[in-house]
Amino acid sequence: MKMNKRLFKDFLFKKIVILFSIITLIPLFLILFIIVKNGVSAINIDFFTKLPKPPGEKGGGILNAIVGSIFLVIIASILAIPFGVTVGIFLSEVKNKFTETLKVLVDVLQGVPSIVIGIVAYIWIVKPLKSFSALSGGVALGLMMLPIIIKSTQEALYLIPFSLREASFALGTNYTKTILKVILPAGLSGIASGILLGIMRIIGETAPLLFTAFGNSFLNLNPAKPVDALPLVIFNYAMSPYPEWHKIAWGAAFILILLIFILNIIVRKVIKRWKVQF
Amino acid sequence: MRKDRFFKMVLWVSGILFTLIILSILIYLFKGSYLSIKTFGLKFLVNKIWDPVNEQFGLLPFVVGTLLTSIISLLLALPFSLSLAILLGVFYKKGFLNKFLSYATELLAGIPSVIYGFWGLFFLVPIMRKIEIKLGILPYGVGILTASLILSIMIIPYISLISKEVINMVPQDLIEAGYSLGATNWEVIKKVIIPYSRSGIFAGVLLGFGRAFGETMAVTMVIGNSNFLPKNIFSPSNTMASVIANEFTEAVKDIHLSSLIQIGLWLFLLSIFINFIGEIVINKMKVKGEK
Amino acid sequence: MESTILKIRNLNAGYQNKWILKDINLNIEKNKVTAIMGPSGCGKSTLIRCINRMHEITPGAIFKGEIYLDDKNIFEMPPSDVRKRIGMVFQRPNPFPTMSIYENVIAGYILNGIKIKKAKMDQIVEESLKKAFLWEEVKDTLFRKGTFLSGGQQQRLCIARSLAMNPEILLLDEPTSALDPKAQAMIEELIVRLKENVTLVLVTHNRSQAARASDYTAFLYLGELIEFGKTEKIFTTPKNKKTEEYLTGKFG
Ligand SMILES: Nc1ncnc2c1ncn2[C@@H]1O[C@H](COP(=O)(O)OP(=O)(O)O)[C@@H](O)[C@H]1O
Ligand SMILES: [Mg+2]
Repeated sequence: MKMNKRLFKDFLFKKIVILFSIITLIPLFLILFIIVKNGVSAINIDFFTKLPKPPGEKGGGILNAIVGSIFLVIIASILAIPFGVTVGIFLSEVKNKFTETLKVLVDVLQGVPSIVIGIVAYIWIVKPLKSFSALSGGVALGLMMLPIIIKSTQEALYLIPFSLREASFALGTNYTKTILKVILPAGLSGIASGILLGIMRIIGETAPLLFTAFGNSFLNLNPAKPVDALPLVIFNYAMSPYPEWHKIAWGAAFILILLIFILNIIVRKVIKRWKVQF
Repeated sequence: MRKDRFFKMVLWVSGILFTLIILSILIYLFKGSYLSIKTFGLKFLVNKIWDPVNEQFGLLPFVVGTLLTSIISLLLALPFSLSLAILLGVFYKKGFLNKFLSYATELLAGIPSVIYGFWGLFFLVPIMRKIEIKLGILPYGVGILTASLILSIMIIPYISLISKEVINMVPQDLIEAGYSLGATNWEVIKKVIIPYSRSGIFAGVLLGFGRAFGETMAVTMVIGNSNFLPKNIFSPSNTMASVIANEFTEAVKDIHLSSLIQIGLWLFLLSIFINFIGEIVINKMKVKGEK
Repeated sequence: MESTILKIRNLNAGYQNKWILKDINLNIEKNKVTAIMGPSGCGKSTLIRCINRMHEITPGAIFKGEIYLDDKNIFEMPPSDVRKRIGMVFQRPNPFPTMSIYENVIAGYILNGIKIKKAKMDQIVEESLKKAFLWEEVKDTLFRKGTFLSGGQQQRLCIARSLAMNPEILLLDEPTSALDPKAQAMIEELIVRLKENVTLVLVTHNRSQAARASDYTAFLYLGELIEFGKTEKIFTTPKNKKTEEYLTGKFG
């Protein structure tokens, strides 16, 4: 009798765990379903090639935001990738009190809420230049990307066996070339997937752009001027009272999700294909 | 070698530069909030009125809003996260179901918060409105509970992925010893796995909390943006992050902007604090692992 | 005929604050194979890693004494020059995983920024692979990654990579201990052939390998050079009791 109760408890427990896990995924499918349902119908050629129309008018597109998002990602990457990879090398090459502290600081930056990053970029760039700008948005996104790149570089290099370094030194190679031409390429898959994960993270970031990139209904490639972005379009149009604009927001959300999905697939491919065998 | 010395110097400079960036974040946030700190002092933290028109600025409504949304969302997320972690870490350690659920969880973690907010606004808010009508309260639809629901969906992947990893770190022989004594799944989980991985799960929960209290967009879109102290969990409210998102670009007065920056400063310090505790917990766990 | 290419004088080396090698004095003869034997942990690797200044890349490494290569002290030369002239093959094959077989062989030139014509490169690659008995096996797959080769092939690739730099001395640190018997025999044969062109120093704790492949043998015990001489002599009439015990398999 006691045995039965134990086994029943176990049976019930497993069922509950499975039930809860399935419930967890319901929102995911709801979100994806609604975005696809509302988003696909909003999308046509104009959506990618035209600028937005004023409220009330039909048609128009979000070319400004698509170009803007790409522009912001490029600025952020230029700022964050070389710097982040260098810091990552530093952390994996040098071990002392300073680098131990530095590792903690990297975690600190990763934990800073994105809205605070926005404030910082505002104080650093928007205030002195007296204008919202693509540059300030790029700086904010770059700051968000930085810890991801540093960590993935450091972790990728950490995994590389010491014997590789020996092989290089034994040929008379100097330290610089050993790091840049032997160690770094061997860690490339980890570093590249870190970079892609970083881009995946920032492409959907909205909060740090609210008062930096700000948004712009025209096409802009001047880093000193405001620029639009996909997540900003989603936010601004979703919060607007016009149903036509909501439709555009769904379309933008669909494109954003699609982009993230594609990046996710590329990351997996990169990890698999570029994986270096030792 | 001159080249090597130059290269090493570049490495050091990058490390120092990074440190300076973090320092400068702190310094500039402090500088930006200085006017507000000087004007209100510690009263800023306990004042329950936030009134830009009359230049009265107090943090309390947003602290309450932040704590309520974070804690409710954690409580909501916890059973689901742990179920998912146990499913992936104990019942289905391999195979199709594991792959599928892991991937879906990762996807859930990758959805931008603005999309969660958007979805919340058009899907969750109408539902909440209906519920509120049934309950006979003011049917805002938006409010603390709505925001907490969205937040809980957003933090479930974080907590469950970390918990799963921690559960995977439980030595297999301990688990097998449990089973060989005739223990059921439930008993092994309760008596072996949970005690062993408790501090790691706590670290995951802490990380989830860190995400919840700093989360901006999703909350901003569904919390109702009210600067008054909330009366109950259905009340519209604002969190520290959402009030910044809401008012920053409209703040014309210096003292208003400075007060918003001060909120940012507190968010920054809080995130460091949480990180610090997380660090301690993880170090403790490492020590335990070595024993 | 006999000429000394390398003279080790009063060499001491160790890690952190612990000296492992004590006052080593040893001559390495040109175009001969010198085997270094001794029980595991006695300092064989430390010794040969001093010879091409690889010892000092280990964090905490300490050393003093002199090593003369053609009468010049290597500790007064730039380490990269020493390493270009004295190549090294390690216990575990370590081809560069990101490089093809071809690039692996020519890696010393690429990594040192030595510019040579493509035709010359092709020639060096072919010659080095032939010297390392690997050409026939890989000539059709030169542009595949070196890490796809078997362990024995990888080790020969590493030998080819060293030979491509035309070193005067080649140091081999237990090059066959991670390989299967067939691959071992092949590398052993290779070592004997190579001494026409290059001086070899072979660390091994395989007694019969030393007997078969080497001209001279040095016996190292607890960081001290106990005995050194012609291999036949050492194996037939060892002077030191420790050497005899080791060679007859009493320890190690
Ligand atoms: N990196 C190191 N740090 C500290 N001690 C070391 C290191 N490498 C080797 N040793 C020590 O030096 C001694 C000699 O090692 P080694 O030269 O590798 O011996 P062998 O090659 O003869 O087996 C050993 O006692 C070993 O423990
Ligand atoms: Mg050794």
